[in-house]
Order: sequence, then structure tokens, then C-alpha cells
Amino acid sequence: MNPAITASNLSHSFGNRHVLRHLSFSVEKGNFFIIIGPNGSGKTTLMKLMAGILKHQKGQLSILGHPKRSYTPKALARAVAFLPQRLPLDLPFKVGEAVLLGRAPYQGALGFERQRDLEIANQAMQFTEVDHLNNLNIGQLSGGEQQRVFIARAICQEPEIMLLDEPTASLDLAHQVKVMDLMEKLKLEKCITVIMVSHDVNLAAMYGDQVLLLKNGEVVCIGTPSEVLSFRKLEETYACKLLVDESPLGGFPRVTLVPGRFMDSEN
Amino acid sequence: MGSSGGGIISVLQVISGKSDPNSILHTIIWRIRLPRVLLSALVGATLSLGGLVFQALLRNLLAEPYILGISGGSAIGAIAGILLGFTRFPGVSLTAFIGSIVTLVLILVMTSGQSVLKKESLLLSGVMVNAFCSSVIMFLVSITQDSRLHNIIFWLMGDLSTADIRQVGLLAGMLLPCFILIFRHSHAMNLLLMGKEMAQSSGINIKVVTITLLVTSSFMVSVTVSYCGLIGFVGLVMPHLLRLIFGPDHRILVPACILGGGSYLVICDLLARTLPDQGEMPAGVITALIGAPLFILLLKRSEP
Repeated sequence: MNPAITASNLSHSFGNRHVLRHLSFSVEKGNFFIIIGPNGSGKTTLMKLMAGILKHQKGQLSILGHPKRSYTPKALARAVAFLPQRLPLDLPFKVGEAVLLGRAPYQGALGFERQRDLEIANQAMQFTEVDHLNNLNIGQLSGGEQQRVFIARAICQEPEIMLLDEPTASLDLAHQVKVMDLMEKLKLEKCITVIMVSHDVNLAAMYGDQVLLLKNGEVVCIGTPSEVLSFRKLEETYACKLLVDESPLGGFPRVTLVPGRFMDSEN
Repeated sequence: MGSSGGGIISVLQVISGKSDPNSILHTIIWRIRLPRVLLSALVGATLSLGGLVFQALLRNLLAEPYILGISGGSAIGAIAGILLGFTRFPGVSLTAFIGSIVTLVLILVMTSGQSVLKKESLLLSGVMVNAFCSSVIMFLVSITQDSRLHNIIFWLMGDLSTADIRQVGLLAGMLLPCFILIFRHSHAMNLLLMGKEMAQSSGINIKVVTITLLVTSSFMVSVTVSYCGLIGFVGLVMPHLLRLIFGPDHRILVPACILGGGSYLVICDLLARTLPDQGEMPAGVITALIGAPLFILLLKRSEP
């Protein structure tokens, strides 16, 4: 079986700034794959390359076994859906209309919806529990609801791979878990490969099948959460004090940040 | 009725073909009034549609069809044509068209490559080119003294009175394909509202769509501006007005702008012809006089 994504020797730069250098990794189908790393390590750029928003400059990138360059924009949109970090919260459409926009890769130029499109949009809204908001404007919703509306829109693309750039960054604790559970459900029930960028190493530990740790555009380490989220690798990558032990829930590591005032007394 | 006299019954007789084809009224209606109504409809439709496209592409509510320097460029071209003593058609129209296309190409070259997609740089280049052009226009106006000054002022205010049925046909032949092309991209404009990244990941080739829409709408606006001068306000406000009535879906807004913008300018031109006791006033005066209060009224009512 082909992997969902294969990158080999992938490099990208903006002007003289090398954002990604010789990246090689692959993501197995049906995995929950989480990319972590410090700010400026190239996470978002990597997402944009996989989503088809940027063209990669060097190396190879395959999606579902085919080179990315062989996809038309519409064909790529049927295989890969992308939820960017910043959502268009000023979108003037109602929730139902916004979710239906996700059907565009399957429609003609004018996007007139067939019965099937409406059904898929309804299912997607039920899946993310926003169907009761159908007739509200996006601007009237809370942050968590807005996030789930745009996830529903992405599900409408019926992708095999779902890319999300820090979907939990602006959410409260309950909504963070809700979004992560939703992604896990997507993986288990619809066999969608979920690839997510996150700053929260604990969420990565709890949900990730595989974790990719990036630094300065290079792969530090890739593997299961227990392999990647080790004390040594995290401290080396983030250059900060932290503790790693096993989560009380068992089976995955727990990372605790150490505030500055604890440093001197320890040494 | 109207500045040329003639009752409503005799007008109906002319339209239904029951009057003498050589009468003065017959000539006025078929040779002067009809082309003028058709021209107003075409111009109103083009300007509203142009405004709609630019507002969607630049995601700026103050965008208008002249925003990319088309007004400034064509005005300089037209004034140059008038000063050189060309006739109104095809001479002045041609120089105006050349002027607007030159500025358009200039702006596309200035913001070339990837940055065509950066709406801020496009917007700023347009504003700067228009500002530069206005000072050139002021300079040309200030050194002109004879009767040509009157022609220049009339052109700058927009003038629908020069309509001729064959020229209107030529105009329609150039504009209608643009309308169709823009309508075919109406759903892409909906997707563009989600922002560049999300639109692109929904399967839109954003560079192709942006450039197609920019060039098509700029071309059609250039065509109308070079024929009848600068008619303001329609392009800025009609899209907003229709959005308040019909909602944000461009698949509805594109036809609504064509029909609504067209009818609006026909009505404004009708008022401009009939309101003054003697002569006429420019249609551009009426468009803002009615449009601005109407728009504020609708805005007030749509507030929750």
C-alpha cells in the first residue's frame, strides 16, 4: 500500500532564507500524524507544500503514491483538504452555505449543488455537531463553533488526507479536546489520514500515532510519541527546561514546563 | 414628453410601428432615444459588474471599477485626443482606450509575478497611478482655454448623449463576452471570499482566476469609459446595494449587477434628461444624488 505522503529531500526557501532543508519522511495511511517544533522551524511551510498552496522547489513530494505535480488543483483538492491557521471569520455566508463551499472540487464552474452535495454537507455538519447552527452567520458563532464549521467544510471535500495548521491554538481546554477527538473519530470512522501542526506537545503525545519533530527546517526525529517526546530531544530542540514523565492515563509521555524560578534551586 | 415634445400616445404609435416612418418623432425615438437607453444600460451594467469584481478580488469594500488607474489613464488619453482636435468617435474614444490599457499594463508590470495576488500592492499601485494622472489632467485642463475646455469637462463628467446605434452594437459585441466570462467565474469569486489559502486548497487555480478576472473587468470598463467618459458612483455603490438586497452569493450578484446596474443608469439618465427645464445635466450627477441616500437607508434597515 502506498503511503499517504512521501517526501524525499524536500527543500524550500523564501529568497535567501532556507525554511526547509532536505526533508525526508513518510506518513502511513490512516495515521494521526502530528508535526511539532519551535516557531520558525518550517511547520506551516511544510503544510502549505502538502496542501498545494506553495510549489516545492527541490526534492520529491508524493501524495497517495503520485507525484504532487501530476495533480490538477481540483484533483488535489479531492485528495487533500486543508484548514489554515487563520480562518476567514468575516466570510459573509451562513454556516450551511460556507460548508457547501467544500463541495467545489466535485462541482462544475458555477458550483450548483446537487442533492448529493447537500447530503454530504449535512452529514459533515452532523459529524462536527454544527448542524443546528445551519442558518446563522459565521460571525455570530464562538471560536470553537467557527473552527468546527470550517472542519465540516474540509470534510465536504471528502479528502483522504486532512491537513490542519494549529487548529487548537485559540481554543479553550474543552474545545481543544473536542477538536482532537473529532480528528481521532475522523481517522477511525472514515479512515482519513490526519496531519496536524501543533504547539501543544501534550496533545501530540495523547493523540499522535506518529510525531515529527522539526527544527530549523530539518527533521530532528520521527516516531511514536514515546520515542520522539523524550526529555533529551525536547530540551535540545526547544532549548528550555522541562520535565518528562509518563502520563497518569498511561501509555504516553507527559511534558511539564518548568518556570524560571525553579531553575536556580535545582542546580 | 421630454425636451423634444410629443405625447405618450404618439410615442406608443411609433413603437408599435403605426406611425409615419419619416416623422421627426420616429427619428428621435429610434435614432436618438433607443441607442441612448441601450448605451446607459450597457454602461451601468459594466460599471456595477466591474465594481463587484474588484471588491471581491481586492476584498476591499471601497474598491470601484476605476481603482486600477483606468479612470486616470483614459482621461489623459481622452484629453490628449480632444486637444489634438480628434472627433469624438472614433478618435477620442481610441486615445482614451489606449490611455487606459497603457496604465493597466503598467500596473500589471509594476506588480508583476507573484505579487499580482497581493491585494495591497495592487490597490496602492492603482491609487498612486490615479493620483499621478489627476495632476497631469489638472495640468492639461489649466493650459486649455478655448472651447475644447468644455469638451474636456463634459468628458470628465461622463456623457451618454453621443449614442449611435451602430456604435452601441459594437460596444455590446465587446462587452457581452466579458459578462459571460465573469459569470463563469462567479462561484470562484465566492470561494475567493474564504481567503487565498482556503480557496486554493478547494481546487481553485488562484493565479489564473485572479488574472482572468482582473484583465476582463479592466478591459470592459476601459471600453465603456473610452466611449462615454467617467460616470462615477454606479460602480462603487450598486454592488453594495445589491449585496444588501440579494446576499453575498456572486452567482446571483453577477446577473443582479448586470440587470440592476443597467436599469439604474437608464433611470438616472432619464431623470438627467427630463428634470432640467432646458437642456440636460450629466447622468453622473443623478447617480450619486439618488444613490447615496438610498444606500444609507438600506444600510440602516439591514442593521440588526
